[in-house]
Amino acid sequence: MNDLDLLTAITVFVLSVLVGIEVISKVPATLHTPLMSGSNAVHGIVVVGAMLIAAESHTWVGYTPAFVAMVFGAMNVVGGYVVTDRMLRMFKAKPPAHEKTEA
Amino acid sequence: MNTVSDTVHYVFLAAAACFVLGLHLMNHPRTARRGNTLSGAAMSVAVAATVWLVADEGAISRTGWLVLVSGGLLGAALGLWAARAVRMTAMPQLVSLFNAVGGGAAALIAVNDLLQADAPATIGARVSLPAGLDIVIGAVTFSGSLIAAGKLQGVVPGAPVVFPGARLLNVLLPASFVAGTAWLVLMPESRTALYGLTAVALLFGVTMVLPIGGADMPVVIALLNAFTGSAVAMAGFVLDETALIIAGMLVSSSGGILTKLMADAMNRSVANIVVGGFGTGDSAPTAAGSGAPAQVRSVSADDVAIQLAYASKVVLVPGYGLAAAQAQHELGDLAKLLTDHGIDVSYAVHPVAGRMPGHMNVLLAEANVPYTQLKEMDDINPEFPQADVALVIGANDVTNPIARRPGNAISGMPILDVDKAKSVVVIKRSMGHGYAGVDNELYTDPRTGMFFTDAKQGLAELKAAVAEFVT
Repeated sequence: MNDLDLLTAITVFVLSVLVGIEVISKVPATLHTPLMSGSNAVHGIVVVGAMLIAAESHTWVGYTPAFVAMVFGAMNVVGGYVVTDRMLRMFKAKPPAHEKTEA
Repeated sequence: MNTVSDTVHYVFLAAAACFVLGLHLMNHPRTARRGNTLSGAAMSVAVAATVWLVADEGAISRTGWLVLVSGGLLGAALGLWAARAVRMTAMPQLVSLFNAVGGGAAALIAVNDLLQADAPATIGARVSLPAGLDIVIGAVTFSGSLIAAGKLQGVVPGAPVVFPGARLLNVLLPASFVAGTAWLVLMPESRTALYGLTAVALLFGVTMVLPIGGADMPVVIALLNAFTGSAVAMAGFVLDETALIIAGMLVSSSGGILTKLMADAMNRSVANIVVGGFGTGDSAPTAAGSGAPAQVRSVSADDVAIQLAYASKVVLVPGYGLAAAQAQHELGDLAKLLTDHGIDVSYAVHPVAGRMPGHMNVLLAEANVPYTQLKEMDDINPEFPQADVALVIGANDVTNPIARRPGNAISGMPILDVDKAKSVVVIKRSMGHGYAGVDNELYTDPRTGMFFTDAKQGLAELKAAVAEFVT
């Protein structure tokens, strides 16, 4: 794997927190639930980590946690984005012309 | 480092930038969906790039591919099914479940990394420390979120579950995290340290969330969301992947901010909620109340309909009771009728209305309420004095004017200034207390009419009665 020195990693860590605070605090309370499920989907990036450990595993001791991590991670990332989209689709500026168009 | 690895890491960087932009677009309902799509597309590209990287490195075995593909497809199918099937009222459970699996996956990455090491005894603190933290945070999130989801779903009792020694346990277990992590750093090859730490963290997740009441769930879910993000970031330290650190910490700050906002809106400190074990379950407190000595003006559907039909500005104040009664569609229909009649209608949404941050807005959006009518507390409060009628449905403590006075259970809690409206109508089943267990002075105000009924039925009656006046 690539070499990432500790200082760089911590720099990225600290800056990400600051960017997160800056961006998130501008989200209106109306959208806090989609924000939470959307950010939930973002931590689905863990699936990338799961793929990397699946690639490094060579015995069942490694395969088992890798498999469970793959299932969990994929569920997190796919479900998270789909459900967030489903919610955001409902937010409309004007009431729809036909009642109950949403299934 | 070869070119494929370099390219893939540039792709990761671009994806991370898209996650930030996606979250930025969430600052308005108009652009939010585009933001989520951008973020999702970036995630897909990152996953595809990882497949390329893994294939190019060639270290993966045939079984490894099988694990990767079958696990991925199974998880994706489960996630897709859950996301499609979930009802909007059950959203907090689903978010909690996704927190659980995200935290679980992050913890497993650290477990796997330690188990797979060629020379485990030589692992330095640079890897073992974040691995230990990842396992602790990830495992706590996993079991804690499952319990939270169970409470919200009603599988686990919503009321605080307190057992003797629970508080002591919740002090001892975190202390053992420090000891366990230190052990793991000193002896990274120790399987006992690894499994022991995992088991203790899983146990703590359960004992931490069990004593917390159902009404405190918005804070708990936000807190667990922050934990998951941190666990993923720790997995990033273990694997040397900045993309995981960036994405994890973005989520963690989001969860942290929401935790603080929710706790402030409930007038509690986060520490108080977590160690308190105070609060009530989902079921409304007993109808008896305190006997209600003060005089209360009871009104009928027709009385309220006349008030509404002749108003020029109406503010609707929905609370969790509305969602519990599944009456958001009835409310949306009533509001549409009033809007079509030329009445200015808006919704006053308190930050803690619902079971997760912003939950009520989603429920109302589902009932076809346009987001332009959804007003946050700070925006709507100055408008109450101009409102002819404020209609309160299933909200209690957040409308209680005694919060402005010192010396009671809800002193200092931010409330909706419902009592400043020209007249107030409260739809409520009984004079029962809210979550804080205090009398609501709003109900005995001479300008307040109490419409004692079930929210769903009451709103349907109101709609029928208003329809007669306006058509």
